[in-house]
Parts: sequence; C-alpha cells; structure tokens
Amino acid sequence: MKIVVLMKQVANKDAVLRIRSDGKWIEEADVAMQTNESDGYALEEALRLKEAKGEGEVVVCSLGGASAKAVIKDALARGADRAIHILVEESYKLSPYQTAKIIAEAIKDEQADLIFTGLQSDDVGYGQTGVILAELLGIPHATIVIEVDRSSLNGTLRVKRELESGWYQWFKYRLPALFTIQSGISQIRYATLQGIMKAKSKPVKEIQATIPEFPSAQKIEKIYLPLKTKQTQLLGNGDAKRGAIELVEKLRTEVRVL
Amino acid sequence: MILAFIEHKNGILNKTSLEAITAAQTLAKDLGLRASAVIPCDEDRGLAREIAQYDLEKVIVARNPKLNVYTPDAWADAWTEVIKKENPQYVVMAHTYQVRDFAPKVAARFEREVLADVIRYRKENGHLVFTRRIFLGKLDADVVLQGDAPHFVTFQSGAFRADKAEKGNADEEIIDVEVGEVRMTPEEPFQEAKASVDLTKSEIIVAVGRGIKSQENIALAQQLADVLGGDLAASRPICDAEWLPIDRQIGSSGQTVAPKLYIALGISGAIQHVVGMKNSQTIVAINKDPEAPIFDIADYGIVGDLFEAVPVMIEEIKKVKGN
Repeated sequence: MKIVVLMKQVANKDAVLRIRSDGKWIEEADVAMQTNESDGYALEEALRLKEAKGEGEVVVCSLGGASAKAVIKDALARGADRAIHILVEESYKLSPYQTAKIIAEAIKDEQADLIFTGLQSDDVGYGQTGVILAELLGIPHATIVIEVDRSSLNGTLRVKRELESGWYQWFKYRLPALFTIQSGISQIRYATLQGIMKAKSKPVKEIQATIPEFPSAQKIEKIYLPLKTKQTQLLGNGDAKRGAIELVEKLRTEVRVL
Repeated sequence: MILAFIEHKNGILNKTSLEAITAAQTLAKDLGLRASAVIPCDEDRGLAREIAQYDLEKVIVARNPKLNVYTPDAWADAWTEVIKKENPQYVVMAHTYQVRDFAPKVAARFEREVLADVIRYRKENGHLVFTRRIFLGKLDADVVLQGDAPHFVTFQSGAFRADKAEKGNADEEIIDVEVGEVRMTPEEPFQEAKASVDLTKSEIIVAVGRGIKSQENIALAQQLADVLGGDLAASRPICDAEWLPIDRQIGSSGQTVAPKLYIALGISGAIQHVVGMKNSQTIVAINKDPEAPIFDIADYGIVGDLFEAVPVMIEEIKKVKGN
C-alpha cells in the first residue's frame, strides 16, 4: 500500500505579515515558515494507517521553493519513507488548478492507493487543490475528513466527513482515492531523535516543474489589511451597569430584537 | 445566464442557498444577465415551487434517482450536464461544506477552478473585482477572474443577505440528468453530540470566551440567551476546556454564523473566532480590555466587567418583555 501525502509550507500562524511594496504579496523573507497545519494531520493519519496495516510506504510530496525542504525533512523525521520535492519558487503565483496540474504530473507514476492532504492551506486558502487533483487523476475524493476507519482498509476505506452544525457522515470509498484531512483528526507525533537521524538517509527526489499555461487562473491584484467598517458605540462610559441599561435600550429601539 | 446552486437535505432548503440567489441576482443586474437556480434531486418535493417564488428566469430541477443522497460524484455529474446545456457565464454558490466538496470537481471538468469564499465584489472599469480573505483572515486580497466563462464563484456565509433575495415568479424546468458511476457509498448522516444545535439558523447568539472564567459562570450567559430567545455559543478555548460541547463553537474550526444579533461576552476577538461571526448584522461586545480586537467589529461595546453588566441586562430585558 502506498500513501502520498501532500504538504505545503506556509507562513507561521502567529507571524506578523508585512505587505510587499508592490502590494501583490507579503514579504516572505521576513516570515517564519511552518508546515500547513492540516497537512501535518494528513501525514499523521497516513502514518497511523500504514502502522495499522503493518506494511506500506508513505511518500511526502511538497511543492515549493528551496525553503520547503524544512517541511520535507520534518515529515521524513516523523516517519515518512521518502519524499518528492517539486521545486517552484514564488509558488504563491500559482492558481489552484495549476498547482494540481503540476502535482498530478509529478505523482501520477506513483500509482498511489491513497492521497492525503490538508483541507486547505493557511495562506491563500483556496481549499480545492486536492479536489481538482483527484479529478485530474480520475480518482474519487472526500473533503473535510475527520476520522479514518483504519480497520476497514481492504481495497476500500471508510472515512468520516465533517458536515456542518455538528453533523457527520461515513462514506465507503473504493481505492485509489484522495482525502482532504481536517485539523484535529488525531494527536500529531513528535519526531524522535532516531527519526531525525534516519531521515538523513531517506531519498528525496527533486523535480523541476514547468508551470502549465492556464488562461482561467484567478489572479491576485492587491492585498491589504481588512478595512474597519464599523463605528462602535461605546456605552456606559466605563460603568458596566449603566452600559447594560443603555444597551438594552439600543436593542429595543435600534436593533429591534426586543 | 447566472446559475445559483440550491442546497437541500431531503427537499429541505439550506438557508444559505437564498444568499446564493441574492448573489446571483446582484451579479446578474451588474452584468445585464438573468439568474436561474439549479436543484439537484431525485424527486421534487415542492422545493422548486418554493424557489420559483424568487425573481429568477427559471428553476432547473436536475433529476436522477442517484441524487437521492449527496455524493460528490453524482452532484458533479448533474452539474456538468446542466452547465453544458445552459452555458452560464457564472455559477454562484454559497461556500458551504457540501459546495467545498463538489464545486472544484465540477470546475476542473471545464478546466476551471473556483474563486472561493468571496466576501464581496465590486465593478471596476467594467469588470468585476472580488475580495477574499487570506492568511486566516489577517489580510484581504482583491482577485480578478481571467479567461472565458463559465466562471465558478462561491460566497462566504453572510456576504449576501437571504432576506434581500428578490421575489418574482420563475418557470420550472425539469432536466433528467445522466449520473454515471458513483464511487463512494454514503451512510446515514448523524449528530455526534446530543441536543446539538444548528447555530447557523439562530437569530440571536450569546457567545462566551475566556472572560467567562469558569464553567459555573456559563449559566449566567445561558440566562441571557434564554431571556433573549437566543442560543448559547462559545469561542474555541471554552470548547477545548469542555465547558461547552464542540457543536457550540464559533470560528474557523467551528460554525460560521450571521445572526441578527451576536453578543460576545469576554471574547477578545482573535481572528479564528471573528471569521465565524463577523457577518452578524449587529455585534455587541462586552469586555474588560478596551484594546480587545472584538471592539473593531462591534456595533455596540461595553468596556467593563461582564459579571456586572449581564445581570442588569437580564433584568432590563425582562422588564421590556414584560410590557
């Protein structure tokens, strides 16, 4: 059994972002980077599935510049068997269809039984690269997977999808299939010292990608800080009880909910 | 033409689909086009008539027995056929979990992608500029579409208002669509937590954050919710501490809501929370910290102790309601 896990390097969640002078993207050089959160969970789920099955190979694949090596190194240290690094600098310029197309080209010969990835990236947040990839590869997919029934693995696999408002649903999939994994699906393991040592000898295949023409790409024209659109009426002038009385009056006369 | 997607469960409308209708009508007006709605289903349970009461050119019922329950394969096949037949300029959907699941697949079949989770758009020099949130809400991006139709756009919950959908009288049209092999087998949907509440349908929400201090104090917020006839919700730390069940969580990892009134008690307003409630019609924030970012998006604020303010509010509301 072979599982390919797609992982992306993104800006650290707590990083202070500075907008580049041309207004098209952030100053990436300033920013601490990390593995996209839900991609980390995708890797964890792949490793657990392999362990449950008692055999198999977990191949991590990352598209990005030279700095994405950190993501790969970390994934190998946690237990992935080998890696594919699709080298593209300034990958933020790629639209999701282009990204999916490049990845499809890079991994199609792997003939993976399963492809796992996070449900969306914490930078551009397109939330669709996995789904488009599944369509390009001609395999079924499920998004927002919050549990994998590892004991069900047998040419098919049961996965639990998160629906809205506290609803869930199990689906049975014939393999090969692609699943996008929700954060929090399981506890992510730490890399052990032994894992870190072993990672050094694990193979990493580098692929120089050619960026496909895609006339229908969505294009970012400008990025900026969200505008403050609201004027806040502060009530009570520091006196919470008086503020409460004023607020109820506003709820009655202005908001009209009473 | 612009096609709006109508999402439903066994013929029961998902309210966000009305927002998709408003979005489609608004875009249609700006572009000099007409909007229509599409309902994938196995049989029309009266939903088409409900949707036909809106100002649309037609309501398309895309029908096949395999559309009795949602699967991405069946929905993609139904949409593919409708799009080929209708040649829309835009396909407009609410950015729901179901749409996230199948819309990119449909788009990919037309060698397109989805302009997803749009919060607003404007017309500039004759073309449309869409705005989406990036970096978990820290920044906004203005995005343009390139290439030819069809274009696929999904709007964030609350970007358009359901009650602004214009009424009219639409024709109904049934298309018996082909659905090929469905490669996944769904089981029955279920709710994990008992007495689970669909907060997306709440008109009034009282939400608590770290400032509530202890699990016992949640009763106070519950009382406020009760007198208002609203529902109780929370930010992530409260659910992580299991003071309230996870189905009460608002934010990027919980539910996204846009009620008439949202009262944030002791919530600082971290972006992960704000993305889930910022489109509420009226936001009230009560917080000790005048610098709390929640005040940036609040319509009304009380800087002060919620334990002083909330009991007074409850009494005052009782008085008003008593009259």
